[in-house]
Amino acid sequence: MQNTRPEQRTIRFHVSRFHPENERGPYVQSYEVPVHEGMTVLDGLHSIKDNLDSTLVWRSSCRMGVCGSCGMLLNGRPGLACTTQILKIATTSLTVAPLPNFAIIRDLVPDLSSMFDKHRLVRPYVIRTDEAEIHDPSGEFYQSAEELEHYLQFTYCIKCGCCMAACPTLATDARYLGPMPLTAAERYNADTRDGGQQERAKVTGSSPGAIRCHYAGECSRVCPKGVDPAKAVQLLKRRLVLDYLHLARKSEPCKKLKGAGSGMRMPNIVAAPAHTVETIPAAPGELSILK
Amino acid sequence: MAAARQENRIGLWGWLGGGRWGIERYAYSLHRLTGLAVLFYFLLHIVVTSLRARGIYLWTGGGFFHKPVFRFGEYLVFAAFAYHACNGIRLVLVELGVAIGKPIEPVFPYKTSLRVQRPLLIAVMIVALILLAAGGYSGLTQ
Ligand code: SF4
Ligand code: SF4
Ligand code: FES
Repeated sequence: MQNTRPEQRTIRFHVSRFHPENERGPYVQSYEVPVHEGMTVLDGLHSIKDNLDSTLVWRSSCRMGVCGSCGMLLNGRPGLACTTQILKIATTSLTVAPLPNFAIIRDLVPDLSSMFDKHRLVRPYVIRTDEAEIHDPSGEFYQSAEELEHYLQFTYCIKCGCCMAACPTLATDARYLGPMPLTAAERYNADTRDGGQQERAKVTGSSPGAIRCHYAGECSRVCPKGVDPAKAVQLLKRRLVLDYLHLARKSEPCKKLKGAGSGMRMPNIVAAPAHTVETIPAAPGELSILK
Repeated sequence: MAAARQENRIGLWGWLGGGRWGIERYAYSLHRLTGLAVLFYFLLHIVVTSLRARGIYLWTGGGFFHKPVFRFGEYLVFAAFAYHACNGIRLVLVELGVAIGKPIEPVFPYKTSLRVQRPLLIAVMIVALILLAAGGYSGLTQ
């Protein structure tokens, strides 16, 4: 009979630890973890916390590659702890460290706020002049399946920050907006419902913007969702260049769905929910990176 | 009390090492290094030529500029320039959206634009190598 027992092995986890009230900088602590096939790095961390050291701290939530909170440096490469199987990347030992290019809050928890500040700067939402239509729509905006494909790939981003940790430009230039925010900008620029490209270009076309990227491609290589941020950043650059040279094709944000229902309030459209975030940009210090 | 944060920026190591990285990243690092090298050469060039105004001619006779080590240095500058120019052409093309493909549906295992542009990278590297060989040959036969 075929042996179906999963492979079991002991893997030495070298985990980066840091306590903010501790005078010392980060140090490495090692744990022997029994690992069986199919176990993810996140499972391994849970096993450490349950059985070996309850003080270990990390950030995770969905454990299925959706929430974007468990980005870590696994054997020197940024990735999601919950979608990376231990035995796929380790034979005897595994180093786990917080995502670089972000300050460390504690142990494996990076401070992602610099990324979210930059994300907010690029205004990652549909911008239109007929704003009333967004808050109280009278019908659907027309967008073909083909137009959707111009940006669909970039919508899969879960804001995990792995690309930001992998980017060599960001490693030496903290002001660079970075692959995630620039991808978000391109995602909305390429959306036919949007008319905010000029608005965003003030940020994406500025000195810490897209031109800082030299296509090292590391962001695309590590992205756990196949978003291909390097592609988005290059498409964004192309957009900026064509716009600068006045070669861009004139396009208006798309209109309401033609045909039945156009211009009429459909009975089944629910009212937009109340605002849950402040209007953007929020903090006054935020724009300082553009100076 | 605001809790202490530990800075964790990779710095220059981010250009040079520290992981299982792809060829485009090494192309990137070399591009930056050669760019800085050529810039440094230009500055040096300005200094040396401006010395002429003070009556100092460094390149006449059997001076330092005719020593083999300087000739080799010149070749390195040429090599840096050839690489930077060829790779720069690739970057300009890629930045104009050439050879990276259209946005696709991300289906595991993911394919990235890097694979699409890889032939371009190989082509420009071949051109750079040809330039290096030609430059080296003409340097040796002069
Ligand atoms: S682009 Fe990819 S790696 Fe970057 S934040 Fe989004 S999902 Fe994460
Ligand atoms: S392609 Fe651009 S954004 Fe992506 S890692 Fe390289 S330099 Fe950073
Ligand atoms: S825990 Fe949500 S992405 Fe890993």
